[in-house]
Amino acid sequence: MGKVLMKGNEAIGEAAIRAGCLNYFAYPITPQSEVAEYLSRRLPEVGGVFLQGESEVAVSYMILGAAATGERVFTTSSSPGISLMSEGISYIAGMQIPAVFVNIMRGGPGLGGILPSQADYLQATKGIGHGDCRLLVMAPASVQEAAEMTMRAFPLAEKYLNPVMILGDGLIGQMMEPVEFPDDLKTEPSKKDEWATNGMDTRGSNRRNLIRSLYLDPEVLNQHNLELKAKYDRMQQEEIRYEAYNTDSDYEVLIVSYGTMSRVCRTAVDQLQEQGMAVGMLRPQTVYPFPEEAVGNAAAKKSCLAVASIEMSMGQMLEDVQRSVKGRQPVHWFGKCGGEVPTPEEVIEFVRSLTK
Amino acid sequence: MQSEVMFAGFGGQGILLIAKILAHAAMEDGLEVAWVPSYGPEMRGGTAYCTVVISDRLIGSPIIRNPMHLVAMNRPSLEKFAPMVKPNGVILVNSTLISIDAGRDDVDELRVPVNEIAVRLGNVRSANIVALAAFAARARVVKMDTLRHCVKEEFASKEKLIPLNMAAVDEGEKAAAG
Repeated sequence: MGKVLMKGNEAIGEAAIRAGCLNYFAYPITPQSEVAEYLSRRLPEVGGVFLQGESEVAVSYMILGAAATGERVFTTSSSPGISLMSEGISYIAGMQIPAVFVNIMRGGPGLGGILPSQADYLQATKGIGHGDCRLLVMAPASVQEAAEMTMRAFPLAEKYLNPVMILGDGLIGQMMEPVEFPDDLKTEPSKKDEWATNGMDTRGSNRRNLIRSLYLDPEVLNQHNLELKAKYDRMQQEEIRYEAYNTDSDYEVLIVSYGTMSRVCRTAVDQLQEQGMAVGMLRPQTVYPFPEEAVGNAAAKKSCLAVASIEMSMGQMLEDVQRSVKGRQPVHWFGKCGGEVPTPEEVIEFVRSLTK
Repeated sequence: MQSEVMFAGFGGQGILLIAKILAHAAMEDGLEVAWVPSYGPEMRGGTAYCTVVISDRLIGSPIIRNPMHLVAMNRPSLEKFAPMVKPNGVILVNSTLISIDAGRDDVDELRVPVNEIAVRLGNVRSANIVALAAFAARARVVKMDTLRHCVKEEFASKEKLIPLNMAAVDEGEKAAAG
């Protein structure tokens, strides 16, 4: 199969199937309902299961149930729906079972609006559910990347026995771009017999597998949390991904931006270059773990006078950028919210203001 | 080289579809493309618009405030978007439904009675394809052969509509030349 023109939402659905996931449970919400529309048609064709839950809370526990049996399973939603799922996500992380959640973000808080936004950054990277739990969070900037990240998400969830999130925005979901589904990202599900509650007869074992998140003994629960922390530390070591743009030679300002916003910034960087001003950009592809060292090193470049966190939120990524830069440079924020996407011209004006 | 085409009209005029066909054709021509719909809280009969970005290099911002070209299928669309088109762009005006002109002397205004032509061909619903073909023939953003191929592919599951839509492409191309 060569390149096809697809909406981001459809590409995410197709990518999951090609990654070997045949279970999708969801509840529709704009701007990601096309995933459900697409998979309701496509999954029965390939022998998969499409199920519309009665609410997002119910969906998160359907995901938990299927994941506990060792089946690849995923869901998609948008901001308010993800809030409803966050309880289940915490249980899934606590139970150490793999699942994939896709958040195609819209403006908030509350019901907010239906247009593209990056206003769930803090929720996704730091506060998805109660308790000491983290997700591995990848943020695509194109339909192609959304497809590839979806395909990678399943083996990563199995590697860490932890939920993985794709953090897109309404534009990534709604936009059509050419996409290819790389065969080499197709993976076989990892060995699940050690942990899955798939039946002792099924796995030919007389050992009982127990999945739980209740640990009443504080010592045992502390130990459990240390185990989880060790996984998150390992993510920091092994899973950080980012793209550096225009950073090979000197630059006066470093932009840190991800997802749709980074596309706008890329255009701004190109136009500034034509106007004679060199600006570099670092685009986190994983926002948790955050590319702390790469941002810090890029900001430490001698020519760099200022760092800008540019987002479609009110500065939610700013503190990650600040802690990466460690006070070596002033770190500024620029952004818009609620479905407003800053234009390249607005980014250019802001970046220019930093060196005046 | 990058060009952006904004398609605008009433919901139901097939705006998103012709934008998709153009994006498909550009992809088949080996170019980078992005198809960006407006997906606000809109309803049937309201305005629909959609931008296609076509480039020979990786596309940065897919959100375009000032497009290179405009295909206006109704009057509110022309009034709203004509002032935003870049100088030297093409503005296709559906002159069956739009009596006013674009009010620009720095663009190539192509007036085609696309509804009238479609009715003559036997179905007003092919008006969007007439407009697409007329625009593409004038602005030369994709090869006409590729466009024909992509129109055919779009209607592959409704084969009996292919002759009508191929005729719509021919008439659109003719109107652009005339």
